[in-house]
Amino acid sequence: MTPLEVIFWIASAVILISAIMMVTRRNLVHAALFLIVTLFGVAVYYVLLEASFLAVVQILVYIGAIAILVIFAVMLTRQVTNPGQLFNKHASLALVMSILVFIGLYLALSVWPEFSAVAPEADTAAAISNLGTAFFVEEDGQPVYLLATMTASVLLLIPLVGAIFVARQKE
Amino acid sequence: MIPLSNYLIVAAGLFSIGLYAVLARKNAIMILMGIELMLNAVNINLVAFWRYLTPENVSGQVFAAMVFVVAAAEVAVGIALIMTVYRRRDTVSADEINLMKW
Repeated sequence: MTPLEVIFWIASAVILISAIMMVTRRNLVHAALFLIVTLFGVAVYYVLLEASFLAVVQILVYIGAIAILVIFAVMLTRQVTNPGQLFNKHASLALVMSILVFIGLYLALSVWPEFSAVAPEADTAAAISNLGTAFFVEEDGQPVYLLATMTASVLLLIPLVGAIFVARQKE
Repeated sequence: MIPLSNYLIVAAGLFSIGLYAVLARKNAIMILMGIELMLNAVNINLVAFWRYLTPENVSGQVFAAMVFVVAAAEVAVGIALIMTVYRRRDTVSADEINLMKW
């Protein structure tokens, strides 16, 4: 086994085990901490896949912003009434559904001819500058992803304004 | 070398665990966390497809960045809604938020 494969298997184990731990925790703060561990494992995956920009964004946005937001929400909505049941009454049906979805995804992918493809040699060091160019710069007189970038920034701004409006304390 | 199938299987497992959290847990914040897991599984798939099939084309990474944006917007609005419901009804259990249930 090459060192990369060892890292891959460790990251896979961390992702899956901490995801299962997250789903089954009673204490939501513990669940949020396991969510952070899972997200960190996904960041390791991005490094293995040589998508360094996305690995950094994963840590900044997911762990730095979303996970902290979730922890704050957990702390602000302390469940005082009805702390009893963890799962709703359809939990066993949901388990069957999830396992069926996993089997279905596996079967659908396993008949695909490129399922066990190996990574081609690629100049992934140039990918970061290519990504920045694709986001903002026109190529051959045509903006490649400029409209998508602008739409994404508006999509980020408007829900945040809406979130402040919804969560505001009314006098 | 790690074949593409390993990434896809782990991502499918992560998606299924997230789906279970969304379907089975009562707490609304837990449902949001399950959605985060599912979005992460999709992102692993997008980046793995980019690296293994079209590494010369950046569109896979651009799509993954769009998923980041949507996830951030979704969690902000979702938590604002949960906070408002908690303030009015004093609960975050998805079973008890049934005012609009027919």
